Amino acid sequence: VTALIAGAFEHPARELPGVSVAQVHAEVARGALADAGLEMGDVDAYFCAQDAPGFGGLSMADYLGLHPRFIDTTEAGGASYLSHVGHAAAAIRAGKCSVALITLGGTPRSGGARHGANMRGPEAPEAAFESPYGASVVSLYALAARRHMYEYGTTARQLAQVKVTASEHAAHNERALLRAPVTIDEVLESPMISDPLHRLDCCVVTDGGGALVVVAPEVARHLARPTVRILGHGEAVATTSDGRVDLTRTAAARSGPAAFAEAGVRPADIDYASIYDSFTITVIESIEDLGFCKKGEGGPFVGAGALRAPDGALPVNTDGGGLCNNHPANRGGTTKIVEAVRQLRGEANAELQVPDCELALVHGLGGVVGSRSAGVTLILGRDE
Amino acid sequence: VNGHLPVGPVTESAEVRPFWDGARAGRLVLPYCPGCARYIWYPRSFCPRCGATEVQWREASGHGVVYSHTTVERGMGAFADVGRYVVVFVELDEGPRILTNLVDCDPDHVVIGAPVRVVFDRGADDAVLLRARLERA
Repeated sequence: VTALIAGAFEHPARELPGVSVAQVHAEVARGALADAGLEMGDVDAYFCAQDAPGFGGLSMADYLGLHPRFIDTTEAGGASYLSHVGHAAAAIRAGKCSVALITLGGTPRSGGARHGANMRGPEAPEAAFESPYGASVVSLYALAARRHMYEYGTTARQLAQVKVTASEHAAHNERALLRAPVTIDEVLESPMISDPLHRLDCCVVTDGGGALVVVAPEVARHLARPTVRILGHGEAVATTSDGRVDLTRTAAARSGPAAFAEAGVRPADIDYASIYDSFTITVIESIEDLGFCKKGEGGPFVGAGALRAPDGALPVNTDGGGLCNNHPANRGGTTKIVEAVRQLRGEANAELQVPDCELALVHGLGGVVGSRSAGVTLILGRDE
Repeated sequence: VNGHLPVGPVTESAEVRPFWDGARAGRLVLPYCPGCARYIWYPRSFCPRCGATEVQWREASGHGVVYSHTTVERGMGAFADVGRYVVVFVELDEGPRILTNLVDCDPDHVVIGAPVRVVFDRGADDAVLLRARLERA
């Protein structure tokens, strides 16, 4: 049994002052169900992560009027929603449910984020040994970038090229937060946040969200819109490894092969990829670990324009990604899946639609490199 | 960069009391798993590698090198008013890579591989915090 994505929705707004986080979840839930041609009453499984307000998934199930017979609140940071898709597919395969709703929403841009929602508490066993040092999320990715430069000769210009390509893609997306193309020099001249990462090496902060509907084949058969097959799913956790933390190799090195094996395909078969882009370095390390280029060659690969759609070697993040389009609730996983669904349906922005796009990869990196992070990879296929 | 970065408050767990007692005495005391022949970071009362529930608490040299480094231009919270500061992973001679601050240094001249030693900063209410300094040439 191959489960399918039948509905995919990205909230059109990037700023939602006065809108509650619960309302955002409800709006994206309705959007994804409408896209699928289903209704709230059809949902029998609900998935959310810590961005959902209230008590696990229960508050949102209550608020939305759901009566799920399967519930999953897996928390893997921005990669959570890729996990949810994989878990929903497994649950459908096991006969536990047939219409799974996955929601993400938040309003950090308007300042409505629940403070601490993404933060570990003082009870976290690592807190006493990591929290006191002023090590921001950016600084931890900066440590990874610095080490990657040291080990492999990656340059700041190569990192900047990731942003440049994202901006060129975002120029075609009328809803993107940042639509103006930028140059490598503009990235390097933007304020340094935590060297070697500049402001423009970082993703945007946006309100909004997105939702997905995953269905069983017998449900998909009756739907009008094209569906997308979930062919492979892999997830892995990178840890500090009792003190031998690896700053240049992410969990993608394990989640990727697992997803490829389940789907029975190879990196060279992928027509389009959505790659988590919290920072420019995130993309370079991920594409290496996923096998799109050799370890350490991500810089030159990106520098040669490989990520450009529609005709680069590996068209990536054609919506403009988290770097330019949208990173709702500080979590980029759902928008990554939504853009892959657009590509496989042939509904991406026309200038960037990958011709005859049959096979897409989506990769999420949740948590923080250099500490604890999840890698979740999905392989999605156009429905025949 | 100044040597007066914020210290604490830090929640000290009794599970790793020997680490904090050592720190207060100016000594780097780490859990060590005899079976794996490895020092463990961050400190805990068992070996996450082999599962052994007894660890030895051993004094480490406190010497290491910069494994990676970054200068945060503007911090948040307790670090909002300290100016630029350096966050590093220090690789101890004993193996573990430790996230900390490099203090008393020129942030623009920190390099990977530079020798460092562990120091302990003192704060209010007897708080103590591991940090690192460049070894003098």
